[in-house]
Amino acid sequence: MTVVVKNLKLALPPGGDRAHAVDDVSFDLTAGKILCVVGESGSGKSMCAHALMGLLPDTVTAESGEILFEGKNLLSLSPAEWLAFRGRGIAMVFQEPMTALNPLMRIGEQIAEMFEAHGLLTPKERQQKALALIREVGLPDPERAVRAYPHQLSGGQRQRAMIAMALALEPTVLVADEPTTALDVTTQAQILKLIRDLQRRRNMAVMFITHDFGVVAEIADRVVVLQHGKVVEQGTADDVLLRAQHPYTRALLAAVPTLQPPPRTPLPDRSKAVEVIGLGKTYVSGGGWFRSERRVQAAKDVSFDIFRGETLGLVGESGSGKSSVARLVMRLIEADAGTVRIGDVDLTRIGGKALREQRRRIQMVFQDPFASLNPRRKVGNIITDGPIAHGVKPATARKRAGELLSLVGLNASAMERFPHEFSGGQRQRIGIARALALDPEILVADEAVSALDVSVQAQVLDLLEDLKARLGLSMLFITHDLRVAAQICDRIAVMQQGAIVELKSASLLFAAPEHAYTRELLSAVPGQTSSSKAA
Amino acid sequence: MISFIAQRIAKAIVVLLALVVMNFFLIRMAPGDPAVVMAGEAGAGDQLFIAQLREKFGLDQPLPVQLFLYVKGIVSLDLGFSFRQQMPVSKLILDRLPATLLLTGTAFAISLAFGILFGALAARFAGTWADTAITIAALIFYATPLFWVALMAILLFSVTMDWLPSFGYETVGAGYTGLAHVLDVAAHLILPATTIGLFFMATYARMTRASMLEVSRLDFVKTARAKGLSDAVIQRRHVLRNALLPVVTLAGLQAGTLVGGAVLTETVFAWPGIGRLMYEALLQRDYNLLLGVFVVCSAMVLAFNLITDLVYRSVDPRIEFAA
Repeated sequence: MTVVVKNLKLALPPGGDRAHAVDDVSFDLTAGKILCVVGESGSGKSMCAHALMGLLPDTVTAESGEILFEGKNLLSLSPAEWLAFRGRGIAMVFQEPMTALNPLMRIGEQIAEMFEAHGLLTPKERQQKALALIREVGLPDPERAVRAYPHQLSGGQRQRAMIAMALALEPTVLVADEPTTALDVTTQAQILKLIRDLQRRRNMAVMFITHDFGVVAEIADRVVVLQHGKVVEQGTADDVLLRAQHPYTRALLAAVPTLQPPPRTPLPDRSKAVEVIGLGKTYVSGGGWFRSERRVQAAKDVSFDIFRGETLGLVGESGSGKSSVARLVMRLIEADAGTVRIGDVDLTRIGGKALREQRRRIQMVFQDPFASLNPRRKVGNIITDGPIAHGVKPATARKRAGELLSLVGLNASAMERFPHEFSGGQRQRIGIARALALDPEILVADEAVSALDVSVQAQVLDLLEDLKARLGLSMLFITHDLRVAAQICDRIAVMQQGAIVELKSASLLFAAPEHAYTRELLSAVPGQTSSSKAA
Repeated sequence: MISFIAQRIAKAIVVLLALVVMNFFLIRMAPGDPAVVMAGEAGAGDQLFIAQLREKFGLDQPLPVQLFLYVKGIVSLDLGFSFRQQMPVSKLILDRLPATLLLTGTAFAISLAFGILFGALAARFAGTWADTAITIAALIFYATPLFWVALMAILLFSVTMDWLPSFGYETVGAGYTGLAHVLDVAAHLILPATTIGLFFMATYARMTRASMLEVSRLDFVKTARAKGLSDAVIQRRHVLRNALLPVVTLAGLQAGTLVGGAVLTETVFAWPGIGRLMYEALLQRDYNLLLGVFVVCSAMVLAFNLITDLVYRSVDPRIEFAA
């Protein structure tokens, strides 16, 4: 055993909703094996990782238990001993490669800093080692990558750089805290492969934290399932994924959407709710007296229809233009070319008051339930703002807001509270209620469930499905998650570099993908073999 | 980079000319006629004399013609002639510019150096008595009017303690040369420079503190800790460097205005700089001199904005020079 965590108990500051972030948790890390720690937000999985690095927040204290590293209890290390240990014994890779690197330092300098922190090698040797590490993690054009700043690399490349940094001092243990969550599915597949290759080559013990059972199936040797800071289940990957004992594990596994679209009844009404014809949008940045402009084509001749009562999915990787298309359809940004029709109204040809009146027919649910609600306004105001602006009497609007809140599964008393008093899933329900307050015909959901835990995600997807049927809504559903798309969409459009490369019914798309890019996306979805076994 | 600077300078010239035209009309919209003021001072206020003065200085021409002549002068770097002082405006300004640059430059350097130092200390020891002391001192200097600080400083250090001279640029008639002269000017500089410096020091300290506390919560600081770097290195290399970006922006904006913004302090300490020149020109309706000071101040602001952008680009690699 490389690391033995025994009865670890981490105390939260008094007055919180629970006393312990981590309560009586035990697990082992073994050389050459990957342990996945799985749980939803608030389960304490990140706290475990931070405890291993001695990086707990000041307010969190280790109350009891021990973390034995090669026989030595890490919880009794002095600050100076921690400095010498961090990076050397255990190294860590973080979730957000965008923010985990210092934006003002070159990649090579940041890797070399690992050696500098521990007083190893000469500056020149450090640079050479950094270059060798960058080669090892497969960054393209290593000589340039050493001199690059973080913003000059893509998300996947930055995560490779982070991994190179973590490997610098050949640590015995690598702790990876959701290292692929912020990445596109094809990039995620590459990073997972890299971590597994490196772990085998260097015979490292890896603690891999994730909320995604697909990733677990892909990479884990052993699995620990955490709920509210307690271990509910622990065992080999096969035991946990295929023969889960604890009801919570089973519920989590059941909540993972499968890639098999459910059978869908054909739509009775084939009239078009939205008609999009030849949308084009090019973002131009820079440009002035002396400089040349930079052009990004976000939408290239994009055409599709959404029928009444239909959900059309828009899938693709980041930068593929799916959010731009959503904003073009809602006319939040102006198109360079093309037409958007809502029913018989051409949304691209009207302006001023006429446009403002039409806006209520198409409403949006945003991705981030934390950023999309004004933190200084009560929920009741957030929901009634729209209707009141469209001339509804405040009293009527408030009454309707109460009804909407119960429709999305919240208590009407929520009106008097502020957004921060709600959980992520509840806020997303508020966001949906807000969108519905204007009685729209079309709902645009931009990654509306991406920020949610898998069990909450399942609930919100059910809610959207139910509302759609009850209110006869049409939906434009934007997601990067093909599993989610499979569950909720009638038809799916795959976007790549601003263009739709394939558009067909969900069942056909998953059964017989035609375009090479669609096939690439589908094969990159993690955990396909095991989860289908599990399901 | 060269093309970036060329482009910025070209834009700055256009802005400057627009400012000249605007100032030209603004001044003429203000009540008061320089010929009347001058004739009054000469004690010969009859209509004929005033008309002669107007003709002499071109004030009888229609406004567009006056503007054309003025702009023509500016383009050939001629700021015109001060009727009141009987000297070319550029000579008047050039005579005063070194004193102002010395004063504001010193104040700026003091305030940046100590502001960042105190701000960093406050952030490093956030929540302790040191932080509280620095924060309160910064708040006091930030909130107190400059002229009051100036008067109190004179009262305390010149009148009561007699440590430092209370006004002027040097001891008149002392005839110091060499090192003695430098020390004499330095002694005169301390009070006014500190007076201006305290206010700006307070703003930089507050800004640095807030910015450092914000940066220390960012992910890459956690990465740095996970490397095993010592706290001192993390604070200096990772936190402070990133935290200084907004301070650079603020300092750049203020550096430009410092040139013309020392009016109050220069007046209180009788410092022979641009600020006082402007004040005098204003009282005497000396159009050309006033316009000249405005042009120089505007040019300074534009120049410092360009310098700020260059500094910003050199500390933040994310901002690229457009090719």
